[in-house]
Amino acid sequence: MTSDITERAWTPEQEGSWDLATSYRLCESFVAGQVLADLADHDDRIAVLTADLKFSNRTRDFELRHPDRFVNTGICEQNMVSMAAGMATCGYIPYVATFASFVGLLCAEQIRTDLAYPNVPVRVIAHHTGISLGFYGTSHHATEDIGITRSIANLTVIGPADAVSLTEALRQTVDLEGPVYFRIGRGRDEDVYGRTGAEFEFGRLTTLREGGDAAIVATGVTLAPALRAAEELAREGVSVAVVDAHTLRPFDAEGLCELASRVPRILVAEEHNVYTGLASACADALVDGGVGGVKLHRLGLPVDEYALIGPPTRLYEHYELDAAGIVRRMRNLLA
Amino acid sequence: MLIRATVDAWKPAAEEPADLVEEVRDLALFIRCETVRLIGIAKSGHFTSVFSCAELLAALYSGVLRVSEDPAWPDRDRLILSKGHCAVGLYPVLANLGYFPHDWLDTYTRVGSPLGDHPDMRRVPGTDFSSGSLGHGLSIGAGMALGNRMAGRDESRVWVLTGDQELNEGQIWEAAQAASHYRLGNLVAVVDRNRMGLDGTTEEVMSVEPIADRFRSFGWEVTEIDGHDARGVLSAFAAVGSEPEGRPKCVIANTRKGRGVPYMDLSRTWHLGYLEPADAEKTLSLIERV
Repeated sequence: MTSDITERAWTPEQEGSWDLATSYRLCESFVAGQVLADLADHDDRIAVLTADLKFSNRTRDFELRHPDRFVNTGICEQNMVSMAAGMATCGYIPYVATFASFVGLLCAEQIRTDLAYPNVPVRVIAHHTGISLGFYGTSHHATEDIGITRSIANLTVIGPADAVSLTEALRQTVDLEGPVYFRIGRGRDEDVYGRTGAEFEFGRLTTLREGGDAAIVATGVTLAPALRAAEELAREGVSVAVVDAHTLRPFDAEGLCELASRVPRILVAEEHNVYTGLASACADALVDGGVGGVKLHRLGLPVDEYALIGPPTRLYEHYELDAAGIVRRMRNLLA
Repeated sequence: MLIRATVDAWKPAAEEPADLVEEVRDLALFIRCETVRLIGIAKSGHFTSVFSCAELLAALYSGVLRVSEDPAWPDRDRLILSKGHCAVGLYPVLANLGYFPHDWLDTYTRVGSPLGDHPDMRRVPGTDFSSGSLGHGLSIGAGMALGNRMAGRDESRVWVLTGDQELNEGQIWEAAQAASHYRLGNLVAVVDRNRMGLDGTTEEVMSVEPIADRFRSFGWEVTEIDGHDARGVLSAFAAVGSEPEGRPKCVIANTRKGRGVPYMDLSRTWHLGYLEPADAEKTLSLIERV
């Protein structure tokens, strides 16, 4: 009998050299498979689909518990999204999981036409978003998907930062009538909510840390470095608030305007191009809200060029999306 | 309660009820006439794409599809118009079933109307899925067939009406592959083989042949029929069993684009068009009971 990858012994020391089985264990923040399996224990509507990536995104965790409600569509993302739409009309809540580039971009039309326009309860789990696939290159990067998805009517867009917020995001949206696009990282995402004790509330900006000199508004994997940056700045006597803009659509415009009334500067940090993403959502909210006086700064990926390739951590350094980069940017803004 | 007898109520090999065949022919005539009337309201529409599938739609709603007075009946057979541009031919049938008031038809394509050139499942009762973007319907149908089987609705079948030029879309073959892999014996693709796209014949524009061999090689069971022969269409549809697990079924209906109106029959120019009232009147008088 062949042993399953998920059953292989693993110790952290193996990180130096690893195979798929070790990688599976390393992706500790990919909790969607577990969370959905737990939900499915008591909810017959939950089903999971993936496109030949069940180990990479750990939907295998769901398959092990609910094989009858797990569908591997092969490398066939557009068909997967449309099939999920059909299943949704039969009473299911299908969760489809694949790389963000191959669903947020490749399946943009299926998401718009087959999920959002008919408003069916399909959930897209778009993982390895932004530049988190590093040197796998532009084909595997998704630096446009917030822009695409936040312009689609009926679609809810959420960018959870870590395992806790992903868990909460999944749990709090099970019964939403329409489709949801979850934009998540590479499964090795640093814990934020666990250590801060913050409470994730779908639809609202979540303040992780108060501060009066400036605020950092971040989403997804950029939240953890933003928090560490604020902690570093606090040691220098600079008081910076950190706000998680996990719900990108519908956007908490009121919450942002309220934040803008309390701080003179807002730095928006996101693993996305700086137009059409979170910074644009913030700019829209401030302009529409008639909020003047606050200065909005954009920190993210360039608009007119494709991101470099390289190991993700090196790329975050390069684009100043790591804690040191955010600190540097904030110091310059406040200088 | 079923509105009409299901296929189970009669067997294709036995005596085929002549009145049912006549009912299909009458309904097809009605579909063509209503199509001319409604496109008259819109002042632009897909005449010949409806005319080629008039007998197919008529047969489906004459005892083939398991439908009831409740368009949302969970155990119903579902129909997806993957060639959504033939919706104008379906709306009058849905109105006849009582799914919405007949006077909705008079609002066809007008501002705020539920009835557009392509069908909207959220606005038109009896529409099992919204369509319009070619190539999606078979995937959606495969998802429904899988969902029905997972939910234990073993009697329900999913029918997908596709165009033939539509088979150029890659997603059709993604769905064909998945349907076969998942042994969706409760999925039926009906190909309206009217031999024409918008720019010319399918084989000129981008060849789709050999359709039957292509579907067979993907693991489908294929039947080829004359899509305008009401009796043959009924027999072929009746022969499609209801098996939750097995080979998916493909019925290739050889049709003629524009059939039923002599001057549109096999015409290249009436895929999209408009008839001014005098011409519409004349055309109504020319429509044949096929």
